Amino acid sequence: MNILVCLKQTFDTEERIVVENGRVKEDGVKFIINPYDEYAVEEALRLKEEHGGEVTVVSVGPSRFEEAIRTALAMGADEGILADDPALFGDEYTVAKVLAAIIRQRPYDIILAGNQAIDDGSGQVAVRLAEELGIPHISTLTKLVVEGNQVTGYRDAEGDVEVVQGTLPVVVTAQQGLNDPRYPTLIGIRKASKKPITRVTAADLGLNPDDIRPRTKVVDTFLPKPKQAGKILQGELQDQVRELIQSLRTVDKVIG
Amino acid sequence: MAKNVLVLADVRRGKLRNVTFEMLGAAHRIADGGEVSIAILGHGVEALAEGLGAHGADRVFVVDAPELEHYTPDAHRKAFMECVRAANPDILLFAHSAVGKDLAPVIATRLGAGQVSDVVDIEGTGDSLTFTRPIYAGKAFTKVQVTEGKVVVTVRPNNLTPAEGDLGKAGQVEKLAVSFGPQDLATVVKEIVQKTTSGVDLTEAKIIVSGGRGVKSAEGFKPLYELAAVLGAAVGASRGACDAGYCDYALQIGQTGKVVTPDLYIACGISGAIQHLAGMSNSKVIVAINKDPEAPIFQVADYGIVGDLFEVVPMMTELLKKELA
Ligand SMILES: Cc1cc2nc3c(=O)[nH]c(=O)nc-3n(C[C@H](O)[C@H](O)[C@H](O)COP(=O)(O)OP(=O)(O)OC[C@H]3O[C@@H](n4cnc5c(N)ncnc54)[C@H](O)[C@@H]3O)c2cc1C
Repeated sequence: MNILVCLKQTFDTEERIVVENGRVKEDGVKFIINPYDEYAVEEALRLKEEHGGEVTVVSVGPSRFEEAIRTALAMGADEGILADDPALFGDEYTVAKVLAAIIRQRPYDIILAGNQAIDDGSGQVAVRLAEELGIPHISTLTKLVVEGNQVTGYRDAEGDVEVVQGTLPVVVTAQQGLNDPRYPTLIGIRKASKKPITRVTAADLGLNPDDIRPRTKVVDTFLPKPKQAGKILQGELQDQVRELIQSLRTVDKVIG
Repeated sequence: MAKNVLVLADVRRGKLRNVTFEMLGAAHRIADGGEVSIAILGHGVEALAEGLGAHGADRVFVVDAPELEHYTPDAHRKAFMECVRAANPDILLFAHSAVGKDLAPVIATRLGAGQVSDVVDIEGTGDSLTFTRPIYAGKAFTKVQVTEGKVVVTVRPNNLTPAEGDLGKAGQVEKLAVSFGPQDLATVVKEIVQKTTSGVDLTEAKIIVSGGRGVKSAEGFKPLYELAAVLGAAVGASRGACDAGYCDYALQIGQTGKVVTPDLYIACGISGAIQHLAGMSNSKVIVAINKDPEAPIFQVADYGIVGDLFEVVPMMTELLKKELA
């Protein structure tokens, strides 16, 4: 089975965001594999263990993404592809087209990705990719079963679980709860350094900048207004509760 | 310049969710005199088409078919593209919900359009629209513009305001017949397991009562559900509580869970880790109940009670029962 995983590198979830000159500062930031993509990598490895085949990790982003790809290789993926040519960067529209161009050059049975990235939180790229390739997708899975050509995805739909069936080839996106990603082992890390990562450029993909020109632009980035330090209520617990409810009803007017 | 706007109605369990009216209100404002249409897709949904003129719809397209009973991307794409042909929109609004979130990028790709996701504010009208959206799960925000082509947007519930009063639009209902071929049924829903039992939906709730590891067990959530019932609130949770198995992951709020912006968020036995704060710190009013006066949740709380949630929460429920009776 040819298994592809789309992967992005993001800030660690612990990071505080610093904005300077309308941009998010990256200096000194710790980077991780986008947690949802990490579930996708783990699921890909499980599919390989069950059905055999190869896991290829595909990524569009700056060269620092290599570290995230190496981590996936250390977990057990077989090879990586990194499109780190700035001519290929843009918005979700652009990235989906670039991924599609990379993927069209290779055989694939199933493509896995996170349902969103924890930085931009757009949740567009994997679904757009499926449309670009003209194959079906099933999103936000908490369980995936592949038997022969049959795919069953358990989709998280705002708390309900929809059991969705389709056939290969398909794009599926990972939701939290899909699995518990493994940690790379020492041997895994050593092997990863010898696994291939192919870098691709716009020219390799035959992409014309005009065809992948982003459709959106960010005009400003800012932090939310800092919260005023709140009020710790004092006195007998009963009185605190009384005061709280009084305030919520008459000052903030958030209760009936 | 006037722009046509098409809204996808957000239907859940046979009802229109509030975000539908929020989108219609926004559509009316940004259309700048253009036509506002709404698409209702589903099975047995015709009755929902009535009275939408008051909320700002000039035209109401209904595609009612058994193939649309449950959401699947291909069948819904087919049906929605029929509405696009009929409405000829410049701007398309979807809810940032299980359906809208999934269908919007499908449609955007078909239309070769840019998409702005999870929008909490729209400034401007017609040609010059600026969208505000959270990044890093609300740790920061960006303002985004669409530079060319059609504009596809998903809207976060609870943030845009519906129109006030009756807008007196025609709300003309038009039924569209759509036939579905095998390629439109590439995926099928075999079964739905409903896990959410309480009536109030987390992302749309005006009030959320949320529990963390301090709740200590699945049983421990009971007083929270009782408080929620009195308040008409939804119940949420920290990942700590979900990981411990006290509740389902569907309730998780935070950077890797749901992002919520209710009027009132009551955090019970939640320490306030940065990943949790990312999902709720933009709530209007935050109340924290925690035994530990040093808990970071107090730094974002408007009101804090240092105490045992198993004492405080039932006291709140009792008092509110009396006051709201
Ligand atoms: C990649 C990643 C993603 C994450 N995403 C999320 C996310 O989306 N959402 C999320 O919530 N977390 C997330 N986390 C986890 C987060 O870091 C914290 O571990 C989690 O939020 C802690 O949950 P908690 O506050 O319930 O538990 P704890 O931190 O254990 O806090 C429990 C609190 O309850 C208090 N308490 C105990 N008993 C009582 C009592 N009887 N009465 C009153 N108070 C009491 C304690 O004083 C304590 O403050 C993520 C972590 C990682 C690494």
